[in-house]
Amino acid sequence: MEVFTNLILILDATLRVATPLIFAALAGMFSERSGIVNIALEGQILASAFAGAAAAYVTNSPWMGLLAGVMVSVVFAWIHAFATVTHNGDHVVSGMAINILAAGLTAALGNFWFNQGGNTPNLVDPANSIDARFTPINFPFADSLADVPVIGGIYSELMSGHFLLVYLALAAVPICWWIMFRTRFGLRLRAVGENPSAVDTAGISVTHMRYIALTICGILAGLAGVYLSVAVTAQFLPNMSAGKGYMALAALIFGKWRPRGALLACLMFGILQAIADRSQGASLGGFAIPVQAIEALPYVLTVILLGGFIGKAIAPKAIGKPYVKERE
Amino acid sequence: MSQKQIPGWIYVLVIPLANILLAAFVASLVFLYLEINPLDAVSTMFQGAFGDSRSTGYTLYYTTSFIFTGLAVAVAFHCGLFNIGGEGQAYIGALGVGLVCLALGGKVPFLILLPISILAAGVFGALWALIPAWLQATRGSHIVITTIMFNFIASALMGYLLVEVLKPEGTMSVESAVFDQASWIPKIHEVFAIFGIKLKTSPLNLSIVWAILCSVGVYYFIWQTRWGYEIRSTGQNASAAEYAGIPLGKTVILTMLVSGMLAGFFALNVVQGEAHQIKLSLVNGMGFTGIAVALMGRNHPFGIVLASLLFGFLSQGGNELQFEYGVDPRIIVVLQGLVILFSGALENMMKHPIEKIYFKLVANRKTTAVGEA
Repeated sequence: MEVFTNLILILDATLRVATPLIFAALAGMFSERSGIVNIALEGQILASAFAGAAAAYVTNSPWMGLLAGVMVSVVFAWIHAFATVTHNGDHVVSGMAINILAAGLTAALGNFWFNQGGNTPNLVDPANSIDARFTPINFPFADSLADVPVIGGIYSELMSGHFLLVYLALAAVPICWWIMFRTRFGLRLRAVGENPSAVDTAGISVTHMRYIALTICGILAGLAGVYLSVAVTAQFLPNMSAGKGYMALAALIFGKWRPRGALLACLMFGILQAIADRSQGASLGGFAIPVQAIEALPYVLTVILLGGFIGKAIAPKAIGKPYVKERE
Repeated sequence: MSQKQIPGWIYVLVIPLANILLAAFVASLVFLYLEINPLDAVSTMFQGAFGDSRSTGYTLYYTTSFIFTGLAVAVAFHCGLFNIGGEGQAYIGALGVGLVCLALGGKVPFLILLPISILAAGVFGALWALIPAWLQATRGSHIVITTIMFNFIASALMGYLLVEVLKPEGTMSVESAVFDQASWIPKIHEVFAIFGIKLKTSPLNLSIVWAILCSVGVYYFIWQTRWGYEIRSTGQNASAAEYAGIPLGKTVILTMLVSGMLAGFFALNVVQGEAHQIKLSLVNGMGFTGIAVALMGRNHPFGIVLASLLFGFLSQGGNELQFEYGVDPRIIVVLQGLVILFSGALENMMKHPIEKIYFKLVANRKTTAVGEA
C-alpha cells in the first residue's frame, strides 16, 4: 500500500511538473514544424510568467494575468518572427537575444515596479485582500471517495485537484494533433517547414504561415509561463523558467516533432523531475544514484537520441533556413 | 542592383554602427521608462567603470572573461557552427583548473603549475565540446541543441562534484576548498607594486595577458594557417570545401576543440585569478555574453577585444548604476539582449535602407558632376 501511495504521489507530481513542458513542447512544435528554430521558448516562458504574475497582482485576477502573460509571450514570438521571417536573421541568434532580453527585462521591470529584488508580490495575500492565484479544481465526490482504496488514490489524488491549466495542457495535445495533422491549415504549416518554395508556388504566403505558426507558439508558451507563476508558485521569481524552454525543446525532439511523442517525453522528463524532487537520489540494487544524475538524465537521453542511438529524430527539412523567394 | 558597387566600409563600419545605435536607442527608451536619464546613466557608468584604478581593474577583469568566451564563439562561427555551450565548457574548464590547483598548489613552483593549469583549463573545456562536435561531425545531430544539453549536464555534474567530492567536510556552503596561495595567478596591482606603482586592489590578474595572447593566436590561427583556411572554407560553403578535399568532420571537431579550449581558459581568470576556489554557477551567463561579444566584434579578434571592453564597461558600470539609482544591475542584461537582437538577428534590417541611401548619394553626386561638365 505504501508503494501505491508513493506511486500516486509521484505521478501526481509528474502531472504538475510536466504541464509547462507540455505547453512549451506543443508551442515549439508549431514553430519548428513551420521551419522556425525556436530556442526563444525559454524567454517566452519567463516573460509570460512575469507579465502574468504582475498583471494578476495588479488586477487581482488570475484571468487578467493569463491574458497579459499570453499577450506578452505572443509579442516576443512576433519579435522572433520579425527577425527570422521578415529579415531572414539567424534563428538561433534571435532566440538567444530574446532569452537574454527576457531575463534582463523581467528583473529590471520587476524591481522597478515592486521593489522586491525582481520578485512580484505574493498573489495570495489575505491581509491586503489579494487572491489572484488559480485555484485547483476538485472533481465531484473527490473528498468522499478519498478514503476508498485504489480508486480514492487514483480519482481524488491523481485525477482531481489540479489547476485548470493542467487539464488544458492534456486536452491541448489531441487538439494540436488534430490541427497539425487533420486540417488544411496544419498541412500547409507542415509543408512550409518541409518545402517552402512548393507552398509558395501553390499561392500560399510562407511569411503569413510562419507568422501564424509563431503566434500559436506564443499563445501556448504563454500558458506555460502563466502556469508557473500564477498557478504553481503564486509569485514570479527571477529566472523561474529555469531551463524549461530548453527541456521542452528536448522533449519535442525526443517526441520526433509529434504531439503524442512530445507528451510522452514530457511525462518521462516529469517523472524524472518528480523523483529527483521527492528524494535525495534513488538507489538501484544497493547502488546509490545521485539526485543530480536523475536531473541530468533528460538532457543525456536527448543527446543520445540526437546521436541516432535510440531511434532517429528527423527534423523538418527547411528548419532554420530563411526563405528567400529569388533564391529558390 | 549588384552588391559590388557598395564599398566594404559600408558593411564593416556603417551598418554595424547603425545597428548598435538602434540598440542604444531602444535601451535608452527602457532607461527613460525606469526614470533614469540615459545620458546621466552613461556618465555614471563611465565614472563607475573607469573612475579610478580599482574600477578600471574591475572593468578589465570582466573584459578578460569576455575575451575568452567571445573568442570561443567566434572561432566556431567561422566554421558555421553555433557554440552555445561556452557556459558549460567554461564551467568544466574551472574543474580542470581547480583539480590542478588543489592537487599541486603549494607543492610545485607557480611557474611549473601555471602551464599545467592552463593546459588543464583548455583540455577540460575542449573535451566538453568534443562529444557535441563528434556527434555533429559523424551523426549529424545539431550542435546547438547538443551544446545546450551539455550546459545542463555540466551544471548537474559540477553540482554533484561540488556537493559530494570537492566540498571540504564540515563546511556548509557548496564550494571547493580554497587553493593554496602559491597557485594563485598574480593580481595586476601586486605586479605593479613590485615596480613601485601603486594601484588599488581589484580582481584584475595576469590572465588578461593570456587573453590578449589568445586573441593574437586566434587571428593567426584563423587567417594564417591551413587549419584556419579549412575552417573558414567549411563555414562559408561546406559542400565546396568538401569538393576541394577538406575533411568536413575533422574540421568541425578541430574547430569545436579550439572553441571549447578558449571557453575553458575563462576559468583561469575567474577561478585561478580571482575566486581561488570552484563555486556553484561561477560562469553566471558570461558564456552567453560571449555570443554578443562575438557578434559585435564581427568574429575578428580585434573587434572582440573592443567588444569585450565595451561589455566589461557595461558590467562594471551596471553595478555602479545599482548604487546610484537603485535599479537592478540586470538592466545591463537588457542591453546585451538588445545588442544581440539588433547586431545579430536583425543585422539585415538596416542593410537595404543603408544601401538605398548610399546609391542615392552616389547617384546625386554623379548627376551633379555630369551637370557641371
